Amino acid sequence: MRAGRVVASCDPRQETARSLAEMMIGGELTIPDRPASAAAGEPRLVVDRLSLSTDDPFGMDISDVSFAVRAGEVFGIAGVAGNGQAELLSALSGERLAPADAAVKIDGRAVGHVGPRGRRALGLAFVPEERLGRGAVPDLSLADNALLSGYGRHGMVRRGLISFANARAFAQRIVESFGVVATGHRAEARSLSGGNLQKFIVGREILQQPRLLIAAAPTWGVDAGAAVAIHRALIDLAADGVAVLVISQDLDELFAISDRIAVMFHGRLSASRPTRRTSVEQVGLLMGGLFDQVDDDHVDVETGEKVLNSVA
Amino acid sequence: MLLRLEARGATSQAMVYLAPVLAVALTLSGGALLFTVLGYDAGRALYTFFIQPITSVYGVTELAIKAAPLCLIAIGLAIGFRANVWNIGAEGQLTMGAICGGGVALAAWGAEGPWLLPAMLIAGAFGGMAWAAVPAWLKVRFNANEILVSLMLTYVAGHLLTYLVYGPWSDPAGFGFPETRRFGEEGRLAVLVDGTRLHTGTLLALVAVAAGWFLMARTLVGFQIKVIGLTPTAAGYAGFSQHRTIWLTLLLAGGMAGLAGVAEVAGPIGQLLPTISPGYGFTAIIVAFLGRLHPVGILFAALVMALSYLGGEAVQIGMGLPLAVTGVFQGMLLFFLLGCDVLVRYRLRLSLPRAAPERRSAPEEAAP
Repeated sequence: MRAGRVVASCDPRQETARSLAEMMIGGELTIPDRPASAAAGEPRLVVDRLSLSTDDPFGMDISDVSFAVRAGEVFGIAGVAGNGQAELLSALSGERLAPADAAVKIDGRAVGHVGPRGRRALGLAFVPEERLGRGAVPDLSLADNALLSGYGRHGMVRRGLISFANARAFAQRIVESFGVVATGHRAEARSLSGGNLQKFIVGREILQQPRLLIAAAPTWGVDAGAAVAIHRALIDLAADGVAVLVISQDLDELFAISDRIAVMFHGRLSASRPTRRTSVEQVGLLMGGLFDQVDDDHVDVETGEKVLNSVA
Repeated sequence: MLLRLEARGATSQAMVYLAPVLAVALTLSGGALLFTVLGYDAGRALYTFFIQPITSVYGVTELAIKAAPLCLIAIGLAIGFRANVWNIGAEGQLTMGAICGGGVALAAWGAEGPWLLPAMLIAGAFGGMAWAAVPAWLKVRFNANEILVSLMLTYVAGHLLTYLVYGPWSDPAGFGFPETRRFGEEGRLAVLVDGTRLHTGTLLALVAVAAGWFLMARTLVGFQIKVIGLTPTAAGYAGFSQHRTIWLTLLLAGGMAGLAGVAEVAGPIGQLLPTISPGYGFTAIIVAFLGRLHPVGILFAALVMALSYLGGEAVQIGMGLPLAVTGVFQGMLLFFLLGCDVLVRYRLRLSLPRAAPERRSAPEEAAP
């Protein structure tokens, strides 16, 4: 089943994992021609052997996850939802602290024991998967929601006092620069459509001039126009030298915008490979957990794990 | 046929603020009906209950004396309620404030100085905070329900006060009456208007209104409290600490309740008695909601609730009605307020048996 339709039926005994993966992904997906980005810079986010266990009965423990996101690149993590992405994201944002301080590093600084506030101060911006209820407070105005993650910047808070004029101005700037359709900074977040709220949240994070942006399912449930705008904004951000990490289930999206891609399955992360030299089929196999059946010859040694080893 | 509540979708902002006014009006009509059924002249009873107590200067000052602790406590509680921290034990925190502040006055007996009153107020605030720290610690450490813990601690504080005034702290020259010595002049709040009991402690309530408004409307701390109450997950995303907010709101509410307690004993009462509050700590919960958790609204709500105390006494004296009328009026007010709140957000729908919508579809198709 794919995109709400049954696309094929077969006898599993007569199919290989490869052919099943092809059916799951769909043959019409081709590798888009994305120019290789200029030589990526120093690693901004380094995750080193991160393991986390969860109390959530529907959660997934993550084990031994390692990767590095470098300045100027878009790093994609694919995977079927529920394979540990939510846990990884909360460990990256700081909402859950890592067992070891050095398991997560931003700009070389160990931040595994630092909360979301401290990580933001180091230049992290974060677009969560849930728009309403995590990325935005439904009952508050856009100006208040601009304050939600931006309170550390643009003079919105001075000595503990809120400058509402600056918060309104920041919200207005987001609305204008990202083409958010809303009645103004007074509009409640809940009154916006999904796509417009997502543009607002992405805009809010990007306009804080981050050094590192983490986005989870940035275009999930978003109309095509808004999706294109968000993809463009993420690519531009990387072109400006920001490290961008995108965790998504949408392979089209990852193939369109990422420079390197890795796959999460059952709480583990595959080795990363350059997206241009990776086929949809290989990613499909990885998404099914067949890490060792994928031909590893495609891994580019200079951009692959070597970077991580040199840092860790 | 069924009665069903249906969400209105958009909530009218005007109605949110009109609901308390409507609730007061409904309480008045409910009260009129009640008095009529009981065989009293409804007009005269309502006049005695709501108007007569404030026809004299003395009456107005008595109103302020009763409204001040309600206002002070309710502002502290409302800040916690905004953050979904349900401190129900303000009565106990008030009692501990009175015990600690009164204890300082008794310890200094015979060695008083101008330092005594400030020391009593500080000790009272710390006493309330210490009592509120227990539910805060248990909630942060063990996720214990602060409603139950704070409520149960109210009775512990009450028994402690009873033990002290019957036992170790009872007035040596008091013929065994359950009361302490009367505090000396240095341990009393000054009277503002001669011939009344209006004391400087009532000004604390006005300071609290301004400070509470400033905290919630202008500071990042207030914004954090609001976000944590509305959407805890978004607060976690923003990096606002839930634990710190629990500590902050409970200590703040406890400190303000403790201050209200010491102001009662250093003000109108002047000594420790087994009962120092007619349930201010509990009534303040109604005040907080009647005032929409907004400091200015709370000020007005405190005046209304204080009037219900005075009115209850007035109808008891003037018309021979039982004092329980106070409780009935307070209860009616809360009932009508909650009812109005529900109806502002939802509308009542009479739903007919299920077959009805199916039959309706055919003529709709026929229509142009």
